Amino acid sequence: MKRTAAIVGPGNIGTDLMYKLLRSEVIEPRWMIGVDPSSEGLKLASDQGLVASHEGVDWLLKQDELPDLIFEATSAYVHREYAPRYEEAGIRAVDLTPAAVGPAVIPPVNGEEHVGAMNVNMITCGGQATIPMVAAVSRAATVSYAEIVASVSSRSAGPGTRANIDEFTRTTAAGVETIGGAERGKAIIILNPAEPPMIMRDTIFCAVPPDADRDAIIASIVAMEKAVQEYVPGYRLLQEPQIDEPSSATLGQTKISIFVEVEGAGDYLPPYSGNLDIMTAAATQVGEHIARSLA
Amino acid sequence: MNDINTLTRTWSGTHGDEPWGKLDLRLTDTCLRDGSHHKRHQFTAQEVHDIVEALDDSGVPIIEVTHGDGLGGSSFNYGFSRTPEQELIRIAAETAKRAKIAFLMLPGVGTKDDIRAAQDNGGQLCRIATHCTEADTSIQHFGLARELGLETVGFLMMSHTQPPEVLAKQARIMVDAGCQCVYVVDSAGALIMEQTADRVSALVAEIGDVADVGFHGHENLGLGVANTIIAARAGATQIDGSVRRFGAGAGNTPLEAFIGVCDKLGWTTGVDFLQIVDASEDVIKPAMPEECQLDRMTLMMGYAGVYSSFLKHAGNAADRYGVSGAKILLEAGRRKLIGGQEDQLIDIALMLKAEADKEAANS
Repeated sequence: MKRTAAIVGPGNIGTDLMYKLLRSEVIEPRWMIGVDPSSEGLKLASDQGLVASHEGVDWLLKQDELPDLIFEATSAYVHREYAPRYEEAGIRAVDLTPAAVGPAVIPPVNGEEHVGAMNVNMITCGGQATIPMVAAVSRAATVSYAEIVASVSSRSAGPGTRANIDEFTRTTAAGVETIGGAERGKAIIILNPAEPPMIMRDTIFCAVPPDADRDAIIASIVAMEKAVQEYVPGYRLLQEPQIDEPSSATLGQTKISIFVEVEGAGDYLPPYSGNLDIMTAAATQVGEHIARSLA
Repeated sequence: MNDINTLTRTWSGTHGDEPWGKLDLRLTDTCLRDGSHHKRHQFTAQEVHDIVEALDDSGVPIIEVTHGDGLGGSSFNYGFSRTPEQELIRIAAETAKRAKIAFLMLPGVGTKDDIRAAQDNGGQLCRIATHCTEADTSIQHFGLARELGLETVGFLMMSHTQPPEVLAKQARIMVDAGCQCVYVVDSAGALIMEQTADRVSALVAEIGDVADVGFHGHENLGLGVANTIIAARAGATQIDGSVRRFGAGAGNTPLEAFIGVCDKLGWTTGVDFLQIVDASEDVIKPAMPEECQLDRMTLMMGYAGVYSSFLKHAGNAADRYGVSGAKILLEAGRRKLIGGQEDQLIDIALMLKAEADKEAANS
């Protein structure tokens, strides 16, 4: 039997997530919850046979039947307010905002570690795209410092990201450390307005000891590319990972540079919005792990 | 007929009784920030002390000190600082007797915590830079800066890429968020005279009743001083330059040359021309790794509209992979890269190398 889910927040992310969940073998998206009756996302949800309501979470929590899972695609502010009520009602929450109420999850790194948690957080789009690679290097060598640069099209950076860009850099840098395994992490985000819109690109720099096993590092990176491709087929290394010898410009460490591109599946959002696609794809993965654990 | 060199101050609301309220133009020297690119972020504490002392003695009212890419810029992507920038800001603030110390931050690179630290170290003027279509990413930072009592400046980077009316709307977003002066920033040194004037005029028309307008030039097509003169005539009252051009790409508007021009045109800046020329020779020149040059690489940046601080990074990638640095810059222009995307220059170099290898294999 499939586990039921509600998507809260019928914006771009929530709508894209709906199409992914409709294909799931273990989750049935049954409700789409918003606050604006004219929302395009609510209309699309209704077309797909979901129960669409613009009366918000208060309405949802008053229903006789409650969902097993809630996917939160609103804002950090809203999620912080409602997270305790989801937990009270015994509903598992997968949080796509940067609220960071629950533990952070990156599917190919710690996807099943927190299946028992009442609330899990998907960090940021930049985190989902880059932390797997930091973790890949960490598996093979000690990473004293990792830095990620996420370039996304201006069009795929919504008002939430723009108003809270510090939360993006802080939350992503924290994830680079706690899940990526780097001793120190840094995150940079660039919004590029070029037309036609650029596909999301990310660069991951890692500092490893001069005597680190380079073949093992490269093999781990290539394996991680495959692991992410299982849920984001358009995730690919643009170049072979580059290795720079230790110098004053590399903190005296060997510098590993990894270049990736993230092309989205184009479910609802255009393919250049790989940054949003990797969030909804990862949330689907994590939700499915939780749904299976409930069985 | 009005003399074109009669400047009219549209607004001086935030500056109260400050001495510059009586001046025509308020100058900011940026060699300790924009020059950080040319210096590959290797400034020493002593150099910063000596340069601040010399500029301050000459009467330069604002001196900007930060990593070239702003607070938090020390990184693999942009280059690590030899001396922590917060320490350099502190030294500058301790050294300056009259000048205010400014610092730069780019949303997405630095954070609000960095702004707080810079103020704790004596920074008084917070300059927040975004790409010229992304002003709304700076709202939270302007809010904080004003809350902390900092004076604020907004930078619309790569202003050559957008028409005047778009820039004016972006300037409005910054001003509504608490910005007190918005700069037209010619990051690529690609603006040509009237294009500068049109952009400055559009900003003056949009925000001139509540905020100042500024201009920040680069020399990649040799137009730094000319663009700055025409910007002032169009109503820019805050002006950036770097003594000896000490800045990214072919460098910034040479501040000492612009001050000489101001003297000749009767524009008051409060800076002593002879003293700043001496400072240029005796203090700034010895701190420069080399003069900022108008050469193949820097011309290419002005010509293709490429962000000036890509220069050293394109050079590094060209050396590392044995490809043409000029071609890297042209491709950066074609891809419409913006400030901050230094990482993509490596990708371009690898692509050029793969193309060259393929050609060699075929011949």
